[in-house]
Order: sequence, then C-alpha cells, then structure tokens
Amino acid sequence: MALIETIDLCQRYGGREILSKVNLKIERGEAFAVIGPTGAGKTTFLRLIDLLDLPASGKIYFDGTDVTASRQARLETRRRMAFVLQKPVVFNTRVSDNITYGLKWRENKGSHQHQKVDDVLEMVDLAACKNRNARTLSGGEAQRVAIARAIISEPEVLLLDEPTANLDPVSTAKIEAVISNIRRHQTTIILATHDMSQGQRLADRVGVLLNGEIVQTGGWREVFQAPDNRDVAEFVGIENIIPGVIASNQDRMVTIKVGDRVIEAISDYPASAVVSACLRPEDITLFLSPVSSSARNSFVGEITRVVSSGPLSRIEIDCGFPLVALVTKRSAEELNLQKGKKIYATFKATAVHVIRSEAVK
Amino acid sequence: MEEIWNGLVKAIELIVTLDPEVMEITGRSLAISVSACLLASLICLPLGSLIHFYRFTGKRALINLIQTFYSIPTVAVGLFVFLLFSRAGPLGGLNLLFTPTVMVIGQMILVTPVLLGLTISALSGVDKAIPDTALSLGASNWQAATLTLKEARFAVMAAVIMGFGRAISEVGLALMVGGNIRGFTRVITTAISLETSKGDIELSIALGIILIIIALIINIALNRIQQR
Repeated sequence: MALIETIDLCQRYGGREILSKVNLKIERGEAFAVIGPTGAGKTTFLRLIDLLDLPASGKIYFDGTDVTASRQARLETRRRMAFVLQKPVVFNTRVSDNITYGLKWRENKGSHQHQKVDDVLEMVDLAACKNRNARTLSGGEAQRVAIARAIISEPEVLLLDEPTANLDPVSTAKIEAVISNIRRHQTTIILATHDMSQGQRLADRVGVLLNGEIVQTGGWREVFQAPDNRDVAEFVGIENIIPGVIASNQDRMVTIKVGDRVIEAISDYPASAVVSACLRPEDITLFLSPVSSSARNSFVGEITRVVSSGPLSRIEIDCGFPLVALVTKRSAEELNLQKGKKIYATFKATAVHVIRSEAVK
Repeated sequence: MEEIWNGLVKAIELIVTLDPEVMEITGRSLAISVSACLLASLICLPLGSLIHFYRFTGKRALINLIQTFYSIPTVAVGLFVFLLFSRAGPLGGLNLLFTPTVMVIGQMILVTPVLLGLTISALSGVDKAIPDTALSLGASNWQAATLTLKEARFAVMAAVIMGFGRAISEVGLALMVGGNIRGFTRVITTAISLETSKGDIELSIALGIILIIIALIINIALNRIQQR
C-alpha cells in the first residue's frame, strides 16, 4: 500500500482551478519530485499533502486512512510530516530555539534534546551559529535552519518546496548534500522544483505538473527521453519538436516525412499517423563535411544563429526545418561556426522520440 | 508672570522633596492605569488573535468599528460606566461607583479598542509564512497563534504602551466615575483640574511636570521598541 495516495485531488482559489484531478501514489521511503514551471500548482499540491489547506474536492489517504476528515486527524498526520516552505522564515530567536520548536509542539522534549540539536546543526553545517539570533543569518543559512528545524523531529515524510530557489551555487550544493543525506535515512521525500537537474539529482521518480494537472509520472529516463506529449517535451528541454507524418513503419523502424525531408526514428505508430519528432539539442552532432557514421539521420543546412550560453553554444540551423543543436563552446570555435555557414547535422534514429500529435492540444 | 514662576519653583520643590501628597497621587495614577492596561491586555491579546486568525463574515467591518472607537471621548465612556454602576444602574448593587475599582474598569473599556486594534495590526504585520511554518512543523492552531503573537511582541508591547498613555492622561472618565476623592480616587489629572480651579497652582504644576515626565518615558520606551 502506498504511504500517500491522492484521489481526484482538486483545488480552487477565487473560482480559478489550481489543481485538477491529481491522482498520485507515493511509496514509503521513495524520493519523489514534482516538477513543473512556476505557477503550475506545485506549492498548492504540497500544501494539500501537508494538510495546511483543505482540498476543494478529492481525498488524501495517508497510510490507508482518509486524513482530510477531522481537524484532529489532520494535526496528527501533519505531525508525522515536516514541510520546508519555499520562503524560509526564521523565528526571531536563537538558532537553537528555532530548531527545537517542532519538538516542543510535539511534546517530545526528552533528555536527548540537546544532543539532537547539536547533531542536526552539525548535519546542516551550522554548529557555529547555534546561539546566534536566526534573523542575522544569510538566505542560505536560513534555508538550512529551516531544513534542520524540519528534520529534527524525524518525520516520516519530508516535503520540500523549491529548497534552493534564489540561492547561490555553493549554498545550493550544501543543501542538496543535506537532502541526499536525509534520503539515506529512508525518509519519504516529496520535492517540488522547477529545476529538472536538481530533481534528477535528488529524486527517484518524477511527476510532471503542468497547469494543475499531473501529465506524466515515471522515472527520470522515461520523462526525459520519452515525454508523453508536446507540453512535457517542451518543459523537459526538448527544443526540437518537428511535426511530420509517418511514411512507413517496418519493424518499428519508421520514416517520418517532414516537408521534403525524411527523418528516421523508432516508433510503434503506423504509417500516415500525424506525429512530432522530438530531439534533444545535445543529441545532434555537427560536421563541416558529410561523414559516414552509424547515425541514420544527416541533414545539410545553413546556420541561422549562434548564441553562446556559458560553456555551451546553441546553434540554430535551417535544414528544411528548423533545428537547434548544443555544442561545447570549444568545438563551436574549432569548427568556426557562424551565421550563414553550411553545416551537416547528424543524429541517431534512437535519439528521436516520436509522439502522436493527437496528444497536442 | 511672577505667580507662574513662583509656582514652578515650588512645584520643583514638591517633586524634589518627594512631597507625600504628590507621591501618593502619582502612585495611585500609575497603579490604576497599569492595572487597567494589564487587565485589558489579558483580554485583548487573545481576542485580537482570535479576530486576526479566524475568517468570518463582517471581519473587516468589525475591525473598522474597533478603529472608530480609538478616539471615543473619555467622557462618553465615563457616562456609560457611570450609568452602569450608578445606584439605579444594572450594576448599581455592587456599590462600586467612586472607587478605584470602577476607575480601573472604566479605563479598561477606554483602552480596549486601541489595544485590540493595534494587536490585530501587529499580527497582520507578521509575515504570513510564520504561522504557516509553525503549522508545517507540527504546531496546533493555538500553538501557531501563540508563536505569531510572540513574533509580533515588539509591536504588541507598543500597543500596550499606547493604551497606557491613553489611560494615564485621560481626565473625563476619572472625574466622572472616580469623583476625585482625596486620598481615595484622586489621580494626577483630576487633581490638576481641581487644584487649578482652587488656585493651588504649585501642586498642579508639579503634577503636570510628572505627567509630562511619564509621557516622556513612555515615548522613549515606544521609540526603543519600534527601533527593534
């Protein structure tokens, strides 16, 4: 039985539907990431799971019991969880007092409290700040206090809402290390993030939340390589979504007609199905001259734009259809890639993920 | 001019020599207003929290009403309390009229709107994420409300001090329900108004100076608190 199960969970604010019919199962001990763009309803979802808000309709089962029913049940269930809100607020007291609130409220004082505080502060690397007023901490430190405050009561479920939004890379790395450490203790983690790479680092399974609906759940590979529809494909960073029609299908080896060009791919869809060919920009290799490689697809085209972003260069190519490729800045320089240059773009048939266009709304 | 100057010199003499009558009146004033404020706080802090945290229809209207009563004339409260406790009034049987007790009750009523309203706005000033964070860490509604009040402690203290300022400086109510009985219900403000009309200028000035000093202390305390 799943630890947490939601059934047709809906939430509305001011007549607007924020979440619609969310059905999710989260198993004990797993780390689950809810990914989606800002405003998709991630925070609303976590607030419902933590029973801070009541759903407009639908049910939440915790350990097999419907916990939305009574106030007492909600408080008791909430005390088995801990939620680190997106905005880390600290209470205007010492760091150590901030951290013991959760224990005090649970009347779980015990003799080991001091040891627990020290352990938890050690874990988040804030032992030196124990007696400081929490208001004087930096954003990254405050976020670590928030996490320490949540984990000291050893919750069965830890909810994290964008735990590193607005933090610098060093603070982010520290917080991710802390979360990875918590994962090892078999704590169930539900993490909301818009940062896919972070989700990938911290979670086993993912649910994609778009416009209040869970559109796909699965492992990272599945969601990244084989999104169910165009919206998910766009969100997970597949920049090349090329519409076409399947011309033939022989033993799952399909040819897709895109204008007067043909892309080869692997798919189950039959001939004459209207589809989109999805291709990650990093799966495209660029050459200055035609080469014979094992890659089934090779198109000649003209570079229309070169944009560098950090260590990578984003190359936009017109080869009968627009194509975006990502190459390292170094190879862009070596190949002297610039606007107007003739280029051969090649990619494997297995790199192409085919989705049916009926799924597009 | 000379009369005022002489009055001032004698007034300072009265203060410096800790004149028993001046000290007695000051002590009573402080005792009555401090009790009124503390007792009103015991009611207004929880009640203000309740109003702040609960959603109900007419909440906005209620808060507006409370704010309207910030500046209710002290004589209006005085009249109300007088009628309530006068021999023919509903609480006349308690025989409390013209006692310090009824003055405390009157001042409690007087400062209640200020205390309630400022408590509510103090709580509104606390980041909405504070009570949410408390709940998410396992607090019950009551525990979360207590924590929020604690986070607003400086603004709440300022509210109590504002209430005290209003209580100690008012004269209408103290005169109407206290009666300015020497050695029993005479407080700074009623003494000033009576002694001045009797021509005993030095006692009035001495008490006036003390009232200003109290106001000054209140102001310094308020500033200190608000700077936190």
